[in-house]
Amino acid sequence: MPISWFLALRFLREGRAQSALIVLGAAVGVAVMIFLSALIGGLQTSLVAQTLGTQAHIVVRPADDVARPMIAATGATEVSARIERTAQRARSIDRWQQVLDRLSRTPGVTAVSPIVSGPAIASRANATRAVLLIGAEAARFAAIYPIRQRMASGVYDPSRTGCVIGRELAADLGVSVGDKLRLSAAGDASAMYTVEGVFDLGNREVNRRWLLVATRSAQTTLDLNGGVTSIELRVASVFEAESIAAALRSSTGLVADSWMVSNAQLLVALRSQSSSSELIQAFVILAVAMGIASVLVVSVAQKRREIGILRAMGTRRSAIVSVFLLQGAIVGVVGSLLGAAIGAGLGAAFAGLARNADGTPTFPFAISWALIGRSSLIALATGVLAAALPARSAAQLDPAEAIRNG
Amino acid sequence: MAEPVVSLTNASKSYGTTIVTDVLRSVNLRLEAGEFAALIGPSGSGKSTLLNILGLLDRPTSGSVCINGVETTTLDDASLTSLRGTTLGFVFQFHHLLSGLTAAENVMMPMLAAKGRRTRAMEQRARSLLDRVGLSSLWRSLPSQMSGGQQQRVAIARALAMDPPLVLADEPTGNLDTKTADGVFALLREFNVERHVAFLMVTHDPRLAARCDRTIELVDGRIVSDR
Ligand SMILES: Nc1ncnc2c1ncn2[C@@H]1O[C@H](COP(=O)(O)OP(=O)(O)O)[C@@H](O)[C@H]1O
Ligand SMILES: [Mg+2]
Repeated sequence: MPISWFLALRFLREGRAQSALIVLGAAVGVAVMIFLSALIGGLQTSLVAQTLGTQAHIVVRPADDVARPMIAATGATEVSARIERTAQRARSIDRWQQVLDRLSRTPGVTAVSPIVSGPAIASRANATRAVLLIGAEAARFAAIYPIRQRMASGVYDPSRTGCVIGRELAADLGVSVGDKLRLSAAGDASAMYTVEGVFDLGNREVNRRWLLVATRSAQTTLDLNGGVTSIELRVASVFEAESIAAALRSSTGLVADSWMVSNAQLLVALRSQSSSSELIQAFVILAVAMGIASVLVVSVAQKRREIGILRAMGTRRSAIVSVFLLQGAIVGVVGSLLGAAIGAGLGAAFAGLARNADGTPTFPFAISWALIGRSSLIALATGVLAAALPARSAAQLDPAEAIRNG
Repeated sequence: MAEPVVSLTNASKSYGTTIVTDVLRSVNLRLEAGEFAALIGPSGSGKSTLLNILGLLDRPTSGSVCINGVETTTLDDASLTSLRGTTLGFVFQFHHLLSGLTAAENVMMPMLAAKGRRTRAMEQRARSLLDRVGLSSLWRSLPSQMSGGQQQRVAIARALAMDPPLVLADEPTGNLDTKTADGVFALLREFNVERHVAFLMVTHDPRLAARCDRTIELVDGRIVSDR
């Protein structure tokens, strides 16, 4: 064992009460860091996942359509605005097959789905509802939205005369799987569709408005033979959606809206949440650093004479420096291991405290090895940095003076 | 003729810049290999200062120190440290053992410092030295578990760990009762005879000084007698 390790361990063992306290201090700091990051990370992930459950990451549309992305219409006002403008004809993307090809080859894009959508009226007996008619290839659409996992009844794979609707719409119209409803778009003759499935995407507005059919059915109803009104995309990392959208805008000349633009407020909220959590963590680190430093400063003061003796016996300055840096590092590492355990335990307990109806925790907790590793590295660096000053003063001690006066 | 283990030439030491205290005034001193010398003098006469300078713990304000033929004036701190660790042993009045280390670990420290890492051989040597000073059963004890005399014996074993040609002892018996002091003195003498180690021992005890081969007397930073 190298001399500096030997002495660092002996010094820590000798002052075991102090060592235990300061390790505990570091552990609490690391636990707070891990707990806070995991909690905020978990909350944000679930918030984003919730938002993106009924929203494509990117929507590509023809250039001169002035409306907001149609399917992003989770606010009631947007939907009603659209309904008032039924006179305006939905427009198709020019040569959309080529665009689709290009989009699916764009790096970072994991799924693409051509969509034919527009306003329509669904009715049954004397119940009538305004809906957003969405025609898409089932497999592609299901790769954008978790619809197949969210079927309340039936399946999502609409036939030429079938449709899939949300739970609220089914209730409003009083239909269930197997029933028929009448669908009509502005100026066109109506047609009968069989309800083949009922979904629940967890968003009332979507459950009430969306009416999913096969691509061809929507094209016929909206009088858009062979055309598609938008192409929806899913990307691998959601926070890169806007930069990919920007690249698509310049390469295709089409409108490409990312969820990040249509949810700017959410993003601002997430960012300020993250920065306040980081600020708290920074202060925790500072407190831990000051704790470690103060214990080591006291230790150097107490050990002046012993350090002088060590120097008299031929111990080099560099070894003395290492002895104290190592003490800081050991406190940091042991503290972070302990802290990771406490943080993870705290998180698990917290997550178990409150659960949603479906059994998922109310406070989703995203703990990961990366997070633990990051916190441990920070603790290690904090320990070493905190030890730097005491280590320096220990090494610069004048041995004759230290031995004489202690 | 043999080279001196240490020679001090015109060494002076003063402290302070505004109020200058001259602690050593142009001291010349040679110690031959295997010599056993006592350093006496009134309190404040500069004995500890002289020992610190000989021990390379302090530098003289002027003059030079030559250890084992090595002129030390121009050496840097790292070289002084390793020269000190390998050629000099120290025993102090208040033993100065490391309180968190066992007896054997304390004895090992100079070896550890010289080699940089701990080895089995070191432990064996430490234990045989403890055996030699009559403490074989206490090798695992902490200093706080030993008597003053025992602690001083451990310090002597430690001073001899590197087989240095010279051991500097600053009042090694000053803190001990007469009987224990005699035992410690006898031990130093034995090492001097057996291993040909030179000793320079500060003492206030005229009885012990009389039993040394040579007595150097310091008054006001000057050597006033050397016989
Ligand atoms: N670092 C220092 N600064 C100022 N004066 C010192 C210092 N070290 C020692 N002295 C003075 O030098 C003188 C000699 O001290 P010392 O060598 O300890 O004497 P002794 O060991 O013979 O009693 C004393 O007067 C002491 O006050
Ligand atoms: Mg003295």
